[in-house]
Amino acid sequence: MTLLETRGLSKSFGGLRAVDGVDFAVTAGSITGIIGPNGAGKTTFFNLISRALPPTSGTIVFDGADVTPLPAHRVARRGMSRTFQATTLFADATAIENVLVGYRQRTRSGLFDAMVRSPRLAREERDADAAAREALATADLAAAADRPAKSLTQEQQKRLAMAVALVSRPKMLLLDEPFAGINANQTRGLMALIESISASGITILLIEHQMQVVMQLCRRIMVLDYGKRIAEGTPEEIRNDPAVLDAYLGGHA
Amino acid sequence: MRRALPSIALGVAALLPLALRNEYYLQILTQAYVLAISACGLNVILGLAGQLSLAHSAFFGIGAYAVALLATKAGVPFWGGLPAGVLLCGAVGFVIGSICLRSRGHYFAIFTLAVGIIIHLVIQKWESLTHGHIGVIGIPGPGPLGPIAFDSSVARSYLALFFLALTVAATARLVRSPVGRTLMAVRESEALAAAVGIDVMAAKRMAFTISAALAGLAGGLFAGFIGFLGPEAANVEMTFNTLLYVMVGGIGSLSGPVAGTFIVYGLSQVLAVLQQFQMVIFGLALVLLILFMPSGLAGAWKAFGRRPVRRSLGGGGGLGEGVVR
Amino acid sequence: MELFAQQVLNGLVTGSVYSLVALGLTLIYGTMQVPNFAHGQLFMLGAYLAYAVTRAGLHYWIALVVAVVAVAIIGVALERLVFRPLRNAPHLNSMIAALGVMLFLEATAQNIWGEEFRHMDSPYRGVVSVLGLLVTSHRLILIGAAAALMTALLFFLTRTVAGSAIRATAQNPDGALLVGIDTNRMAMMTFAISAALAAFAGVLIAPISLVYPSMGVMITLKGFVIVVLGGMGSVPGALIGGYLLAIAESLGGTYVSATYQDLVAFVLLALIFTFKPTGLFREAV
Repeated sequence: MTLLETRGLSKSFGGLRAVDGVDFAVTAGSITGIIGPNGAGKTTFFNLISRALPPTSGTIVFDGADVTPLPAHRVARRGMSRTFQATTLFADATAIENVLVGYRQRTRSGLFDAMVRSPRLAREERDADAAAREALATADLAAAADRPAKSLTQEQQKRLAMAVALVSRPKMLLLDEPFAGINANQTRGLMALIESISASGITILLIEHQMQVVMQLCRRIMVLDYGKRIAEGTPEEIRNDPAVLDAYLGGHA
Repeated sequence: MRRALPSIALGVAALLPLALRNEYYLQILTQAYVLAISACGLNVILGLAGQLSLAHSAFFGIGAYAVALLATKAGVPFWGGLPAGVLLCGAVGFVIGSICLRSRGHYFAIFTLAVGIIIHLVIQKWESLTHGHIGVIGIPGPGPLGPIAFDSSVARSYLALFFLALTVAATARLVRSPVGRTLMAVRESEALAAAVGIDVMAAKRMAFTISAALAGLAGGLFAGFIGFLGPEAANVEMTFNTLLYVMVGGIGSLSGPVAGTFIVYGLSQVLAVLQQFQMVIFGLALVLLILFMPSGLAGAWKAFGRRPVRRSLGGGGGLGEGVVR
Repeated sequence: MELFAQQVLNGLVTGSVYSLVALGLTLIYGTMQVPNFAHGQLFMLGAYLAYAVTRAGLHYWIALVVAVVAVAIIGVALERLVFRPLRNAPHLNSMIAALGVMLFLEATAQNIWGEEFRHMDSPYRGVVSVLGLLVTSHRLILIGAAAALMTALLFFLTRTVAGSAIRATAQNPDGALLVGIDTNRMAMMTFAISAALAAFAGVLIAPISLVYPSMGVMITLKGFVIVVLGGMGSVPGALIGGYLLAIAESLGGTYVSATYQDLVAFVLLALIFTFKPTGLFREAV
């Protein structure tokens, strides 16, 4: 079943067409990769489907519904979570507080509950705490729960960002270059983590530069160049696609 | 020790009006309580939600004039006018917030500054309603509630203290709740907050509404206690004063606005000889604070504390930090 | 018709002042990345310093030069001492610092010179007839001097390397940094020029509007309106916007309501932001 589909998705910044008429489909339960040379529009594409940016034209269908006109937080609430290329966290808050924010969309209590300390508030806080600790444990950060996010190592911060994205039990997780800047050991660990997330039923869409990782993890890969989709298929197909080779080797970074 | 501090402070405060026999100092104390409520309000939009609203004094003025005009023109007693003023400020805050908050950062600051000035000018010039420069006189103070009368300065002082304690308690509950975490998230990173499903606009608007309502509460109390009122109550200068109180005490901290108000306002009143140089010192203080102590006193307190503060959401995260990049 | 022409003329006079102020504000926005709430106080200081110099017996134009140079130095001092250390801090910090500087400068002026409105003489006191209208010579001089300064500034900004660098930094600070422009020097120069423009405007208008401590506040706010109207960092925007606002105010005050004349600028600002939350010329993402 197709979980995410884009049709003719485009984004222009003034005269620059950052994403140009991209048709794309992601099958539920899969790990799909997006690759392309620097500046190909991959992160912009992520920003479009998560609605962090409004598209100039085209449609986005997520989980059977047209989400093109929706604001980012509504798309998030429909089950799409993401991480950012530059790891984005709430710096001064502790790790567990970060994850609690990620859990917020699963709670209903509001200002009134806060003022009167309603039973619903107490219950939701308990559930939130449990879910947060579980998410931290999955990301192997249980010991760092009460440390400020900014005091964690870069690699720990990446895992924390994933925990924040996962605690809301999304249907789909967008990962923007999760393997950037980590060593071989950590890469293996992260690959295992991503595979286990996928095994739990969450669909994963991944932007990544490291070819080996992409080829190993992803069942299908889309290649972007200058905002256009130039190839899409299995790792085998992509590896041998002349257009892809040309894009990477012929002329630009 | 730190946990007991608020209770100790409250205990001391409870005894103060009885200890201060001097009428003049009593009125300063009461005024400080009222201004502290306004400072707590500014702290909600500025410290918790991270938005520099410069329209704050406008809501103080609306709250004050609501009490004043309802009483003098419609015979509505204080206890009717005060909640009416708070609700009015909340409603106006909700509407203004819906419009202004679509602008970010500096644009929001300028927009709210303009709105604040517009409201001030309107209050000043709409003579048929507000009597313009002449202002409103003869505003009745709070009438008795059951057996308790509020005619004496001591009683009024306790009344103000009561509302202040209520404000601080409510703010504390707000901070330590999912709603508070939401505001903190919006303050730290709107992009990340939206990505985890938070309606950023709704959160900011709620903070703005709360801050407007609290400013209105302070304004209403102000009008009832002083008995007369002029357009200066809505003057932008009051926003800057309140900003200084919050900065000194520590943006985002719970007790900061109260401590800051007491220290700055208290000093400016007690050291009356400084009156002439007040704004010179205030302006300089604001600059020095932001350069060298952006977390205010609350931040300095934390720096000296031996234990790292647990679960310190919104607790003087300070202005020097930002999102991890 | 004559009334209309008179109001347009008034608009030109005020517009000259507004444009100079807005020019300074818009240039500095690129450097500071935040609105300089204290800009109007530099305008005010220019007026006061010129006042003090003329009171000491010196000629108006000497007073102008002294005031402009002194305020330019103050501007540079502000950049180095206050705004440069805050460059990497959140924007909120710079905004609060600017507010602090604003309060400080205004209160200092008030302490030195008192609250009363001070009268400053212009050497051009005569009345001249222009196209059937009676105008004081000073107003004509003002329009002319402002125009001359703007022309010189435009020449500097478009025809010199330094000026182009400043313009580039004002429009796109990150880009400027990338192409190797020394942002520190740019910052100091921009502040100096911005402050000088404000002071110049203050000295020009002082004989007409009188000198008083709170003359800066309104001008800053109106400066913001113009910059938002014309686009932050846009020189032509500031130029044209200044005259447009002044004429709108003048006509509005005459034909709509004199009491609420000041409101024109703020209502305009509120309207712009209501319909375009990012200002008129910022590209919405």
